[in-house]
Amino acid sequence: MITRFLWQGMGPMLRVAVLFVLAIGIILPLLNQLMPASSAFHVPAWVLQLIGKYLCFASLALAVDLVWGFCGILTLGHAAFFALGGYCMGMYLMRQIGSRGQYGNPLLPDFMVFLNYKELPWFWHGFDQFWFAAIMIVLVPSVLALALGWFAFRSRVTGVYLSIITQAMTFALMLAFFRNDMGLGGNNGMTDFKDILGFSVQSDATRATLCFTSALALAIFLVISGAVVGSRFGKALTAVRDAESRMRFLGYRVEGYKLFVFVLSAAMAGVAGALYVPQVGIINPSEFSPGNSIEAVLWVAVGGRGTLIGPILGAFAVNFGKTYLTGALPEVWLFALGALFIAVTLFLPKGIVGLWSQIRNRGTARKARVPA
Amino acid sequence: MFFLRLLAGVSSALAAVLIAATALAADLSALVTNLTTGSFGDRETAVGALAASGDARAAPILEALGAGQLYLRKSDNAVVIGKPDGNQLALTEAISGKPAGTGSEAELDRVRVNNRLRGVIEAAVGSLTLMSPDPRVRRDAADSLFKRPDPAALAALDAAIAGEKDARIKTAFQEARAAVVLVSDASKQDKLAALEVVRDKGNRDALSVLQAAINGASDPDVKAAATAAAASVRQSLAGWEAAQNVWYGISLGSVLLLAAIGLAITFGTMGVINMAHGEMVMLGAYTTFVVQDIIRTSFPHLFDASLVIALPLAFVVAGAVGIAIERGIIRFLYGRPLDTLLATWGLSLVLQQAVRSIFGPSNREVGAPAFMSGAFQLGQLTITYGRLWIVVFSLLVFVTLILVLRKTPLGLYMRAVTQNRPMASAMGIRTPRVDALTFGLGSGIAGLAGVALSQIDNVSPNLGQGYIIDSFMVVVFGGVGNLFGTLVGATALGIVNKFLEPYAGAVLGKILVLVFIILFIQRRPRGLFALKGRSVE
Repeated sequence: MITRFLWQGMGPMLRVAVLFVLAIGIILPLLNQLMPASSAFHVPAWVLQLIGKYLCFASLALAVDLVWGFCGILTLGHAAFFALGGYCMGMYLMRQIGSRGQYGNPLLPDFMVFLNYKELPWFWHGFDQFWFAAIMIVLVPSVLALALGWFAFRSRVTGVYLSIITQAMTFALMLAFFRNDMGLGGNNGMTDFKDILGFSVQSDATRATLCFTSALALAIFLVISGAVVGSRFGKALTAVRDAESRMRFLGYRVEGYKLFVFVLSAAMAGVAGALYVPQVGIINPSEFSPGNSIEAVLWVAVGGRGTLIGPILGAFAVNFGKTYLTGALPEVWLFALGALFIAVTLFLPKGIVGLWSQIRNRGTARKARVPA
Repeated sequence: MFFLRLLAGVSSALAAVLIAATALAADLSALVTNLTTGSFGDRETAVGALAASGDARAAPILEALGAGQLYLRKSDNAVVIGKPDGNQLALTEAISGKPAGTGSEAELDRVRVNNRLRGVIEAAVGSLTLMSPDPRVRRDAADSLFKRPDPAALAALDAAIAGEKDARIKTAFQEARAAVVLVSDASKQDKLAALEVVRDKGNRDALSVLQAAINGASDPDVKAAATAAAASVRQSLAGWEAAQNVWYGISLGSVLLLAAIGLAITFGTMGVINMAHGEMVMLGAYTTFVVQDIIRTSFPHLFDASLVIALPLAFVVAGAVGIAIERGIIRFLYGRPLDTLLATWGLSLVLQQAVRSIFGPSNREVGAPAFMSGAFQLGQLTITYGRLWIVVFSLLVFVTLILVLRKTPLGLYMRAVTQNRPMASAMGIRTPRVDALTFGLGSGIAGLAGVALSQIDNVSPNLGQGYIIDSFMVVVFGGVGNLFGTLVGATALGIVNKFLEPYAGAVLGKILVLVFIILFIQRRPRGLFALKGRSVE
């Protein structure tokens, strides 16, 4: 019933997008599993891994879009939530290695043996259970977002100041996670994972399942976002973006709206990060670097902020370009990325999705408001 | 007591004068020849006579004798010093120090010494260096004697004190003498007086001398006095340590100020978020590198002036790039601060990659000119000239900028445009031009910062990245649109950082400061010194 309600609440474009994402998530893994390796339709495992990675990035982009495109909060620290979710998953995966590590210690992960830890730090307890890790994946980013957002929104820190605070937050976290005595692997982070839920992370079947799960997660996030944005709550959210003071004077509790969407978005980013880690096989502190967060913002800007489909298109387009260019012409990639930032903000303020209306409206005066 | 010490001083001075007089009469070469003849007993007398001569040339000869490197050449009976050089010995004439070819062991007679003689030689060399004509050697001798007090050197020290004219070295001698008295079996009064002298020296060496005195004291009074003196030295050392932290903090603050002050113009007064600000700093640093490179290859004699030459060039390069950015990108994005942020971030990536493509990804070396190397001592503080100059330079830049803003027509226009753009425009100010110049000024100052930072940081394409978040923190902390706020913010953050470091470590200290600022902005979103009244909006 709830499904039907959600389904009817969605616009036609969104329905197509959800179905398309699910189709990718089902067809590609099936082609990998059912077709023999010699067949022309066989999808190799590395493609699944790549698509799975892009799907996680698309979820992150959707999370950024929810706060930036719909609520006007430009966050430059969303990669921190992504990385925190990833670290929670990484801790679970480290505990699954058990005594198969280099040093064969049944309790302590390798890096702890290497750093002469005598016992497991308190915050590592419970991560041997998947359900506990799953809760933490959602809870840790949400709590951080709640704390930061509660402080920031209540004291009306807005606009650029908020952006800089979120950037400082992810920078501070990066410095903290680089420390060896943080007990989370320091510089090298965590890697050499063996199994997830008893299945080897290296096997094709697991990769296919992970790719499907990433697609499923993205589809669910799309549905949730669609429900949030399409509701009365979502209308108020957009109003907060466009005229915050007016909403305040009208009697809306602006902080509450912002806080809810910020925490929801952080939780989405955390789940995306958790799905990302087993697919790439490593998590390290560079995931926190401010550049990563800004890149996620770029995906949204390229695709089209303030739309639900835009961030997904943007994430796929930019990451495909990145994969291609860093392989083919590594020196050009940063030039291209930088130029993309400039070009999108100058010429395509509404992104790929807005391109059509931009061309159509060329003759008439452009009055469309761009969320700043 | 005082009378006794005076008497001792006068008598030792008399003795020193007498010794010096006899030594002058004797010829150095005769004294040296005496070293090589006779029994060990005769040699001991000769060593004493040589030491008493006070001749600077005697010290290396005695050192060579102690090390068994003094030889008599069989062919002409010349006294030479031989240092091993492959299978042969490289010879120098003992007295003149001139090279005298090479020789094998067979052609030479080693001047033999025994253990007793070695001890005598060591003491003689010590007292000779105390008498050395070079003030630095005398000072080093006093310092090493202070750190490793030897009761045998007491007489030599007394003679040296009596003959010393330089007041600072005399103090050093007296401190060394006090340390020596503490380890000797002098009277209780002498030891108590010595404790005061050592306490007044008050550095770490003094503390270890006092610690040794506490451990070695047999008399309870001396022990108590030494303990009290050590406590007082510890206290003063803690004070100096705090002063040292403050100095390091000011030094870090001046770096932050340099990096942030250009941002205070572009972000603070224009409201433009320039994420490529760090890259302007980097351009300034690379300009310095290029200037030094050209000077090294073409005009080596100008090396000391390289930074002075680089300053205006860095200002022009970074300023021109800044104006180009403003004209090319930022002016289309006024009123859309978040888009400006993204576009300038993209620009910073392009600039970094461009520099990486041109100069390569590795660090480039920028040398320090002579006036910026070295250090001096202020009490117990060691202050390097490089850091001192950077502090001075950042203050100069700050004052100049304030003057430009307050006293020049450009500053007047800038303030007018930022306060009320339509009105300024109506009064005939060409606001787009002022925007471009303001942005150019902010960027040019970032370039100046780059020249200074090239002295203390690695000149690499990532140089700017390390400063951008800190600079924003400083500007936001100090209060946007307020240059004095930036000054106070930078200094405060620098000092807080350095005081946290010993307790929390460098990285954790930095994290704590970031968290502190995040919380601070919650309390005072407009910074430490918020603008009030009309200029707020």
